Amino acid sequence: MSAPAVALHLVLLLLAPPLVLGIAVKVKAWLAGRRGAPLLQPYHDLRKLLGKGTVRGEGTTWVFAAGPLVGLAAVLVAGLLVPLAGGAAPLGFAGDVIAFAALLSLGRFFTMAAALDTGSSFEGMGASREAAFGAFTEPGLFLVLALICLPARSAGLAQAWAARPAGVAWLAHPLYLLAAVVLFVVLLAENARIPIDDPATHLELTMVHEVMVLDHGGPDLAFVLYGEAVKLFVIAALLVHLLLPVPPGGWAGAVALLAGEAAVAGLVGVVEGSVARLRLPRVPGFLIGAAALAAVGVAVLFARGRP
Amino acid sequence: MTTDVRWAPAGVAVPLAEIPAAGAAGLAGACAGLQAAGARLVAMAPLAGVPEGGGLEALVVVANDAANRVGMVRAVFRPGVPYPAVTAVLPEAQAFERELWEDHGTTPAEHPWLKPLRRHAELEPGAPGHPFFRVEGAGIHEVAVGPVHAGIIEPGHFRLQCRGEEVLSLEIQLGYQHRGAERALLAAAPARRLAIAESVAGDGAVGHALAHCLAVEALAGVEAPLPAQILRGVALELERIAAHVGDLGALAGDVGYQPGAAWLGRLRGEVLNLLLELSGSRYGRGLIVPGGVRFGLDGAARGALLARLGPVERDLRAAADVLFDAPSVLSRFEGTGVVARGDADALGLVGPAARASGLSRDARRDHPHGIYRFAIIPVSSGDEGDVMARAMVRWLEVQRSLVFVREQLAEVRAGPLTAPVPAARPGTAVAALVEGWRGEIAHLAATGPDGALTAYRVVDPSFHNWAGLALALRGNQVSDFPLCNKSFNLSYAGHDR
Repeated sequence: MSAPAVALHLVLLLLAPPLVLGIAVKVKAWLAGRRGAPLLQPYHDLRKLLGKGTVRGEGTTWVFAAGPLVGLAAVLVAGLLVPLAGGAAPLGFAGDVIAFAALLSLGRFFTMAAALDTGSSFEGMGASREAAFGAFTEPGLFLVLALICLPARSAGLAQAWAARPAGVAWLAHPLYLLAAVVLFVVLLAENARIPIDDPATHLELTMVHEVMVLDHGGPDLAFVLYGEAVKLFVIAALLVHLLLPVPPGGWAGAVALLAGEAAVAGLVGVVEGSVARLRLPRVPGFLIGAAALAAVGVAVLFARGRP
Repeated sequence: MTTDVRWAPAGVAVPLAEIPAAGAAGLAGACAGLQAAGARLVAMAPLAGVPEGGGLEALVVVANDAANRVGMVRAVFRPGVPYPAVTAVLPEAQAFERELWEDHGTTPAEHPWLKPLRRHAELEPGAPGHPFFRVEGAGIHEVAVGPVHAGIIEPGHFRLQCRGEEVLSLEIQLGYQHRGAERALLAAAPARRLAIAESVAGDGAVGHALAHCLAVEALAGVEAPLPAQILRGVALELERIAAHVGDLGALAGDVGYQPGAAWLGRLRGEVLNLLLELSGSRYGRGLIVPGGVRFGLDGAARGALLARLGPVERDLRAAADVLFDAPSVLSRFEGTGVVARGDADALGLVGPAARASGLSRDARRDHPHGIYRFAIIPVSSGDEGDVMARAMVRWLEVQRSLVFVREQLAEVRAGPLTAPVPAARPGTAVAALVEGWRGEIAHLAATGPDGALTAYRVVDPSFHNWAGLALALRGNQVSDFPLCNKSFNLSYAGHDR
């Protein structure tokens, strides 16, 4: 990648995520007949939190402090692996899709460890749920990545994009559409959205992700919220590239990406605004169902003898 | 076994001298006999003064719903003499006996869970230890919630014993909202008593004001004029509609179903505004006074109210359809927080919670007062006893109350709004029952030899129903606790008083 392309990638990765989150929240508010918070509210929240002092519980250790930092760092590095504007990313190597999944897991692990570090039974309960749901999300993610990468015979995202059929890939090959559906479920699960979790609830006993970060405040909480926004942005970028033709590089690519991101965020808002949460014991079934769909896709690829 | 009981319709004053006295020793047996004859416990409330021989005299009130009668017995508890606990045979007495023990030192023997309702270790360091129920074993963990909660609700402590995500036991510790309402009411000037009665549970102000006024009127031997009875009924039903609509919206909110939460939440406000038109207060405060109502409704105001009711009704139907037609909502409501019919009966549940479990219990039909003697509202009930049944009973009640309000507004007529209330008759007792939106509100009052109020006890439906929530949680998911809680939506203040 050229230096300007890397710079554009960094600008998009660092600045755009809160806006995408703002769009999802806005669409959800519209569906309820409300005006909703301003689109730029997530930026204001981050500024406010960064201006506060850090307060950490007396019984907590470095693990609690490391949770938000490692969580944010992991998704930012994962963002360097995913092509944004154009078909390439600043970091790319054979097997980078495995690194991508591993980085998401690393963030999850540290968020859970920080929650357990507080010693609160609420947070422990949230970590337990996150561990269980994470275990059910990962097979779906890996199978989607397999669906994307098998045609290219390479575990590298840039190669996978390059090997796609020209034009709109899912029109030529419906398995891409299947991959997109499963990836959307993974996106909802990874980002703690309805129907898996409810980011807007105040009821601790029902929370999965939110309850794990209850004790974080000030800059720590800013890192957590920013990390959540980046995670949504990065996985949505993957989804956008799956559905759109290989985008041009440069500013045109950036605009195409942002339009796609807005559409994905809007879809998240529509889901959040129109269905209830699943009962907690039903979540694994939902996630396993998504993974099974992807598994069928992979089986079809093998059956056609062209994996 | 036959028991000597003074029976009378609810809301009719009875001379204390006519109420038979019974020793505490035979109380459990007597209550069991009454229950076998179809009665349920309404209240056990202390009376004023010390009986001959010392100790405490309490009024035990039961209701035979099928016979439309309320029965009273005066039970005498001797100091330091244990008596067989009523709770041992009638679980619905558990909170009443705990309270008498806590406040007056009665000693129910073999009460299964004799623990203070209010004065517990968290509130009073040094208070006698009463540990929470604990489940021991591998994989068992404890979750403590409250007394300070997220969101704008009242304080109460919930202790859950869990195995993984499954709740094995829930213990509810209340008492944080105790204000001494009855003591304040007895000490207050008669004109101030209404304000205190209305404040027992702020979201049930109309029901409590009405029960208080019915008790005061019964003791004085008067009845509110018909125009006032009509407006009292309209206000009580509007309060019910507003509360049910608000709670249906909150149930939707608890499962993250935004359309239901947003629309029903707005419509609750619309109904409260109708109550504002009627009474000058969104919660209906100040409308009902001893002897009648403070404000009438002239033709223009009645027309305006009816005109505003139309769109509210239309929007309510649309919003309820959106809620009850959503599969994702039904999958959360159905089968969650089941209270079996037998358990509901044993715990003496009242109101929509009882009706959702298949008990046909509604004070508007069983113990009617005022306009409810002439205008019958069909009783809404369900079978399943789950969150869905409680939600559906509430929606049915909303629709039937809307019909009632429409009909009664058409009946509003000119005429006196209040009847003069003379001094209370000496030495009488009354149990006034009103079906508030949570269930049966009982106000018990008794006068002394000079006609002054000497005893007063408020029983908010929450006092009966909190135990129902504890039972509903058994075997359910920890994450479904808020949903079950909301389906009962009990009053902390009404319980603690």
